[in-house]
Amino acid sequence: MNRTGESYQLPLRLAALGFFTVVVQTAAVSQITVFGVSVDLSPLVVAAVGLLAGSLPGAVFGFAVGLFADVALVQTLGVTSLLYIAIGYWSGRLRELRDPAHGLAPLAVGAAATAFATIGFALMQFMLGVRAPVSWLLLRQVVVTILVGSLLALPIYALVRRVVQGSLPEDPRRRRRRAYTTGGLSPLQRPSAGR
Amino acid sequence: MYDKQVRRRRAVLALLVVVSLILLTAYFGESAGSPLHSVQRGVVTVLSPIQEGASRALKPVRDLFGWFGDTARAKKERDQLKAQRDRLLEQVVGYKVALQENAELRRTVQLDENSLQDYDKRVARVTGRPANNLLLDRLEIDAGSSAGVRVGDPVVADGGLVGHVTFVAHNTSFVTLITDPSSSVSVKVLNDVGDTGLLKPSVGDPLDLLVQLLPRRARIDQDDIVVTAGFRTSGLESLYPPNVPIGRVVKADPEELANDQQVHVAPIADLRHLNFVQVLVGPSASGGERAQVSTP
Repeated sequence: MNRTGESYQLPLRLAALGFFTVVVQTAAVSQITVFGVSVDLSPLVVAAVGLLAGSLPGAVFGFAVGLFADVALVQTLGVTSLLYIAIGYWSGRLRELRDPAHGLAPLAVGAAATAFATIGFALMQFMLGVRAPVSWLLLRQVVVTILVGSLLALPIYALVRRVVQGSLPEDPRRRRRRAYTTGGLSPLQRPSAGR
Repeated sequence: MYDKQVRRRRAVLALLVVVSLILLTAYFGESAGSPLHSVQRGVVTVLSPIQEGASRALKPVRDLFGWFGDTARAKKERDQLKAQRDRLLEQVVGYKVALQENAELRRTVQLDENSLQDYDKRVARVTGRPANNLLLDRLEIDAGSSAGVRVGDPVVADGGLVGHVTFVAHNTSFVTLITDPSSSVSVKVLNDVGDTGLLKPSVGDPLDLLVQLLPRRARIDQDDIVVTAGFRTSGLESLYPPNVPIGRVVKADPEELANDQQVHVAPIADLRHLNFVQVLVGPSASGGERAQVSTP
């Protein structure tokens, strides 16, 4: 495939992934309750895209998925997209700055994304005038939602990686492999600029 | 080169945040008939067949998960008991309502003209639901204005009240459940005197409904049935018709009743596993189209 085709591959796959995520979420996943709470796959998918594709695609994907979810569910436009921009961007920045290689990194990121989305959504609703006092029951539900989100983070990450595999501009694993196996020095071995 | 990338990244991020904030501000300040709401209604209309298709296609998945949960609760037995309960409940509600109305009619000559017989029942399939039901508890159904559904129409299922319609597009609608934090229903407890109160979900545990503002010395027992009060005053009318069953009192602590004037109620309809609902399309008191309720 030529370069133009390759450059369109990632946006196309992400668009299909985002559409599929929101439709499946509203049509099926939201109607299934686990430990009394509904599972929300969207923040997990946005975080996984950020981790795999970087901060800019993560933020744009988060915005698009959030806006689509707001439109499809007749919610206040901009609320979910604002939250998902932050999730996509910061998970992408984590990849760019730290390049987490640990296998459980997506779990931690998924937990953080679910926590941010759940608490952020609640705060936004409070600010928009939903009158619901904070109680221990509400906090318990938030905690259970985060735990369920964490449990699903790894399979969702694997699924998203499978979808976008091959269309990523720069795979962290590939980059690391290239650095260490083609004569490049690891950051620990590289002489520092000061010396 | 690196600086250029950083600048580009920050510019795009800032642009996305600004667009989101503009959308949020514009949407929040708009009325229900304004451009953004109209666009949203158009998109929902276009998406609804896709969502309906996805909902039907993914029903086996939902059923699979449901099967695990139901096995633990002995699904078959539950269904039989539920059907039996619904029949009995209908009878009990009918008897109690008849007794109470009889007593009331002796005191007054005016009959309550509003009853469920005045309503057409439109069966609709549940096609979607938001993920976060802690603060927004709603359902998307596949019946809209083309089926005669209007904003404010009551929705029932399993012989109990589910909520009311708050958003209508051409072939889809959104139902705000009685477990949504914004919901409040004027209700009547079918005890000896028919105490009235306001039904609201308890925060964090929406399936635990509370009947509030009850008289402090009300005599309410466990298993008393709660129905809609369906009040009507000059210029103000309840969305719900009277005597629609809502739930059964599961906890009536005299101390809580004296201090907080409330009792706990479990809904009759299984609000977390609904596949079909009935929209009560009926006569509007105002005679005209009711305004779309904008979402918070």
